[in-house]
Amino acid sequence: MIAGVPSPGRSGDARETILARVREALRTPAPLPHLKSHAAAPAPAPAHGLPQLSVLPEQAARPWLPDGGDTPSERLAILVENLGKLRALVHRVPDLAAAADLVSTLARERDWRQVAWHDHPLVGPLRSGIPCGTHEIRTGAFDKSALEACDAGITACEALVAQTGSILVSSATCGGRALSILPHVHVVVATCDQIVATLGDALHAARERYSNRLPSMLSFITGPSRTGDIERILVLGAHGPKELVVILVG
Amino acid sequence: MSTSSPEAPAAVSPASGRAAKKRFLHDAAEHVRDAGHRAFVRKALGGYYTNRDLQKSRYRDWEQARDAASLAKWSAVNRLDELLPKFVATFEANGGVVHWARDAEEARGIILGLLRVAKAHAVIKSKCMTSEEIHLNAALEADGYGVVESDLGEFIQQLRGEPPYHFVFPCMHVRRDEISDLFGKHLGTPPTDSPEELTMIARRHMRRLYVDADVGITGANFLVAETGQISITENEGNARLTAALPRVHIAISGIEKVIEHLDDLAVLLPMLATAGAGQPMTCYNTLYAGPRREGEADGPEEMHLVLLDNARSAILADPEQRDSLHCIRCGACLNVCPIFKNVGGFTYGTTYQGPIGSVITPHLRGLADWNHLSGASSLCGACTDACPVRIDIHHHLLHNRRNAARTAPNLWERLGHRAFVAVASRPWLFAAGGAVFRRTLGLLKALRPPLMRDWLSSRDLPSAPARSFRDQWSRR
Repeated sequence: MIAGVPSPGRSGDARETILARVREALRTPAPLPHLKSHAAAPAPAPAHGLPQLSVLPEQAARPWLPDGGDTPSERLAILVENLGKLRALVHRVPDLAAAADLVSTLARERDWRQVAWHDHPLVGPLRSGIPCGTHEIRTGAFDKSALEACDAGITACEALVAQTGSILVSSATCGGRALSILPHVHVVVATCDQIVATLGDALHAARERYSNRLPSMLSFITGPSRTGDIERILVLGAHGPKELVVILVG
Repeated sequence: MSTSSPEAPAAVSPASGRAAKKRFLHDAAEHVRDAGHRAFVRKALGGYYTNRDLQKSRYRDWEQARDAASLAKWSAVNRLDELLPKFVATFEANGGVVHWARDAEEARGIILGLLRVAKAHAVIKSKCMTSEEIHLNAALEADGYGVVESDLGEFIQQLRGEPPYHFVFPCMHVRRDEISDLFGKHLGTPPTDSPEELTMIARRHMRRLYVDADVGITGANFLVAETGQISITENEGNARLTAALPRVHIAISGIEKVIEHLDDLAVLLPMLATAGAGQPMTCYNTLYAGPRREGEADGPEEMHLVLLDNARSAILADPEQRDSLHCIRCGACLNVCPIFKNVGGFTYGTTYQGPIGSVITPHLRGLADWNHLSGASSLCGACTDACPVRIDIHHHLLHNRRNAARTAPNLWERLGHRAFVAVASRPWLFAAGGAVFRRTLGLLKALRPPLMRDWLSSRDLPSAPARSFRDQWSRR
């Protein structure tokens, strides 16, 4: 415990008091919620009396949630449609050379002066196409102000989710936490084989990849930053990127 | 909006019971008469209904998906004794530090202690209703810390000196010209009637503040026991920035936010977005597992989580209403509630407005003082139908009424019911009473006796028929 904050004794008291209240409270079981179907209902209570579900909610809900597609081509079609509705810009290119050309065009059209990037097999090759200054995000040399001054940030991603049009980024392989949120434009470079059907599949993929030692940040990005706080009218670019550009390679 | 600022509470303070009820009745009457305000709120919610229905139609079975979401929360809340310690262990294994707070005062003390140790100069905050519940901003300001709300709606409310009007849409009652004037006054910006330009003013104002802040405070939507992550849902990107740039990240969460599996989020996140704002997913759903890791480019050096009880364990101890802890704070029940739409968010005088607020506030602040909220309901059940995790909201309003009647019975109500039973169980007395009433109804209408005045202020008594129903029936 750090000096100055409540002492371990007091904090320990609070912990014990709260846990004791919780244990005491749960001695009386609660009824099941009113369900429409019992497909996901709990199995009979086990010996120690705690409710256990017979099927995990995610597995039970798979056929009820929005469709993510069964085949790669279906998933691609659903993803592109969803990204369009979210007002993200989607570009399909055959290879990384074409992706570099596209980034170069974007930079000229939008008059970018400084573009941030991070070292990644999909991102590195695009750097050659950037006609302006570049700023590399490197471990051990992070400069908030330099990143804040960048017009755009280019990152890789962990997965793309067809079901919701979401892009999963992580602090481990997508240039840390700020690169995908602080610059005014976020450019994501991904390959088509990174597309998965559902949010559950994306979480599984991340867990497999990091074998349960997950990065300190995993974020589902679903369209450019937005707000409806003024008269519930949609405005893009509240605090995060105003534009989200997805480049699908291959 | 004429109704918004003058009588809105500067901070929600637990008033004494009678005062809270009196103010509720006064404010409700006032708002109900303000047709302009009601029309404005209705219009603001119009787009929500369309988008929500559109997104619900993308589900292959929304009703069964509600079952899954409900069970994910039910199995976690009913195993909190097991999952809460499990979450703390996994979260601490990820390098986070947990602080336990029995009540609001303890939580404020912990956070002030953390700020002192961090030698904080500037604090940036993203939207967090738990911090409203513990009145954190006032405590921070009293201790001399500058704190900025970064969520656009919360920022506007902070400048206005008001609490949120709606716990998901904090400034939905404020017109754009009022926001333009507010920004002009506080930020010196020229007037505009464009929501986009107003948003960009806040965006430009806030960017340096994220970079300069040394402590970021956020809430948490879910605590994942299996992996020790906290999940934060937001649209603007302000919470992402708050948890990325400052040196210290402090999150505040109620103990009931624990879920068991990471995969549960594959159900809960899209349903939260659809029910709450008519979106397929909220723009940013982010999982944090401790501070910056070795090898990661950026992120805070420290991550703290304040776990708050503040009477949640008392709700847990009531098996009948335990499911109100399933609440994921989507706000769907407010958006569909005829009472909320007519009396407005400030009338409740609570941190959590609308039907779910009426259910839980009596537990947080005392049934005797806040029972009147459960009376402000048409019992139409729209809230229960809208709830993505199937909380039996409108029945809980009835449960609160019953519990209040048991613990503090109203003498007049009891006498009235007893008199009715005495009359209705004696046919001759019932007939005699009816005859008296038929003859005196006109007189009652004219005299408006004190006991009936409230009732008559918005209703009319029917005219009495010449003969009773029983009389007509026997002559057939």
